Amino acid sequence: MTTEYNAVIAEFDPIIGLETHIELGTNSKMFCSCSAQFGGEPNTFVCPVCLGMPGSMPVVNRVAVESTIRMGLALNCSIVPWCRFARKNYFYPDMPKNYQISQYDEPLCINGYLDVTVATEEGPQIFRVEIERVHMEEDTGKLLHAGGAGRIHGATHSLVDYNRAGIPLIEVVTKPILGTGVLAPEVAKAYVAELRDLMRALGVSDVRMEEGSLRCDVNVSLSRPGEEWGTRTETKNVNSLRSVERAVRTEMLRQADRLRSGERIIQETRHFNEETGDTTSGRSKEQAEDYRYFPEPDLVPIAPSEAWIEQLRGTLPEIPSVRRARLQLDWGITDFDMQSLVNAGALELIVASIDAGVQPAAARKWWTGELTRVANERNCELEELSVTANDIAEIEKLISAGELTDKMARSVFEGLLDGEGSVSHIVSKRGLVVVNDDASLIAAINVALADAPDVAEKIQGGKIAAAGSIVGAVMKATQGQADAAKVRTLLLEQLGVTE
Amino acid sequence: MTDAAANGIDQDLVVHLGKLARLELTDVEVEHYTLQLEQILGAITSISEVAADDIPPTSHPIPMVNVYREDVAIPGLLQEDFVPGAPSFEDDRFRVPRILGEPT
Repeated sequence: MTTEYNAVIAEFDPIIGLETHIELGTNSKMFCSCSAQFGGEPNTFVCPVCLGMPGSMPVVNRVAVESTIRMGLALNCSIVPWCRFARKNYFYPDMPKNYQISQYDEPLCINGYLDVTVATEEGPQIFRVEIERVHMEEDTGKLLHAGGAGRIHGATHSLVDYNRAGIPLIEVVTKPILGTGVLAPEVAKAYVAELRDLMRALGVSDVRMEEGSLRCDVNVSLSRPGEEWGTRTETKNVNSLRSVERAVRTEMLRQADRLRSGERIIQETRHFNEETGDTTSGRSKEQAEDYRYFPEPDLVPIAPSEAWIEQLRGTLPEIPSVRRARLQLDWGITDFDMQSLVNAGALELIVASIDAGVQPAAARKWWTGELTRVANERNCELEELSVTANDIAEIEKLISAGELTDKMARSVFEGLLDGEGSVSHIVSKRGLVVVNDDASLIAAINVALADAPDVAEKIQGGKIAAAGSIVGAVMKATQGQADAAKVRTLLLEQLGVTE
Repeated sequence: MTDAAANGIDQDLVVHLGKLARLELTDVEVEHYTLQLEQILGAITSISEVAADDIPPTSHPIPMVNVYREDVAIPGLLQEDFVPGAPSFEDDRFRVPRILGEPT
C-alpha cells in the first residue's frame, strides 16, 4: 500500500456504499417470453413487449420473483408482504418504451446483511455489510455509438440492440458501510465477491462478469474524524472485482486531494476508466434526471404469502461462508491459506478440479501456484485463463500413471495457456513422453557411467548419495522426460548396490 | 388559476417536462399544454375529494395480486416483422439520432 494512501487514512475516514446490478439466469425475460440468453445476433430475442410496441402488456416472470426472494432470504432480508413495480421515466433509446420497469419506494426485500471476510496481517477480519434493499427491474438494450470512436462525444448516431432489454435484473443496495478504514477498498471487493458467490450458490445467476452480467455503482465519501459525513460521489458501471477495489482507492485519493486543497467535493456520478483506473466526472447530481416514478399500471402487486416464502427458504443451499469453513476443515489448511486461495479467485476452480477427480492437494498446488502466477503476470482473473478443471484432471491422471513428470506438466500448461489445443494434443505435439522402458533407460545409464567411472566406484563403495550426479546426467540426456526415481532404482540395480 | 395552484401546474413545470421529454416547445404550446394539464389534473383532483382516508389508493382497476408467467422462452418476432416499422435500421440494429446528454 502506498504512503500516499496511508496518509489519506491517517487524516480521513472513508464511507462506502455499493449498488450492484446482477442479471438473473432465467430462461426468459422479466416481462415477456423472449429468450434471456446472452449474445445472439442483434435484435433476435425481441417481441412487441420488449420493443415497447403500443398495446403490448408485460407479465411478470415467476422464477425471477422467486430468485429475488431467495436472494433476499440468503441476505437475511425481510420479504415484504406486498409491493409493486414502478415506472422510471427517462428519454434514452436503450429502453424503447421511454421508461424502465423497476421498483422504487416498495422494494421486495429490505433490511438484511452480508458478512464478508477480509485478510489482514492480524488474520481474517469479518465486516457486516448491512443491506438496505433488494429489488427487481429489467435490463436495458445495448447501444453502439457510431462515429466518434465508440464514445458518445463526437458520435454521429447510435445503433441499438434490444436482446438485453428486459432481461431480469436484481439490484442489491447496501447501507453506508462505516468503520472499514484502511480496508475500505478490500471490503468493497470482498463484498462483491461474496455477493457473486452467493448468487452462484443459489443458482439464480452464473454471474459472468466478463459478459457484464454484474455491474457495480460505487459510492465513496471522506470525512475527518468527528466531522459530519462528507459529500459522496457515485462511480458508475464498475464491472470487475479488481475494478471495484481500484475505484474505491482512486476515489479516496482524489477526494482527499481536493479536500486538502480546500476545495469541496461535488455530488456527481463519475465514470471509471478500466485502463487507467481513474474516474472522470459524469453528470452532476444538481442537474440529475427527474425520473417521475409512479406505480406501474400494467402490472398487479406482488404479495408473497408466508407459505411461499417458507417454501423458498427451504430451497436455500449451504451459504458460501459456511461452505468455505467446511472445505477448509476437509482440506486441513490454515485460515491464511484458505483466505489467499479465496482472494486469488481459486476456490471454485479447485472445487471443480476435485469434482473432476483431482486430489485436493494437487488441485490447490496448480491453481494457487503456477496458474496464479500466470494470472498475475497477465493481469487477469484465474477463471479467464484457458485452463479448465478437466484439463487439470487429465494432466494429473497422466502424472499418476507415470506418463508425465511435473516438469512436463508445466510444459502442457504453457501449451494450454497459449491456446495450443487439448491436453492430449499438446502432449503429442510437444513430444512429451516419459522415457519409461527399461532398455532405453539402462542404455542412458551405461553411457553416463562410462563418462564418469569414478562416480560408479564411489557408489559401489557405499556413497549412494553420489548417484545423484548420474541420475542428473540421465535426466539431461533424456531431456527431462524420464522418471528420476525410476532412473535411480535402475542405476542402483545396475551397479548391484542396495540401499 | 386557483385550480392550477392546487395542482402545482404552471408554465415553468411544463417547460421542464418538455425538456425531460426532449420536446422543443414554443411559447404558444407551453401556454396551451399548461391549460390542458390543469384541466386534466383538475378532473383527477376531484376524485381525491371523494376518496376518504379509509379508501386506500390503487394503481390497478382490478383488486388482484400475484399474476405470473412461467419461465419458458418462446421465439419472438422476426426482423422482417418489425424492421419495416422502424424509421432506420442498420447492421441488424435500430439506428437512432446522436444521443444528447449522458446515458442514465
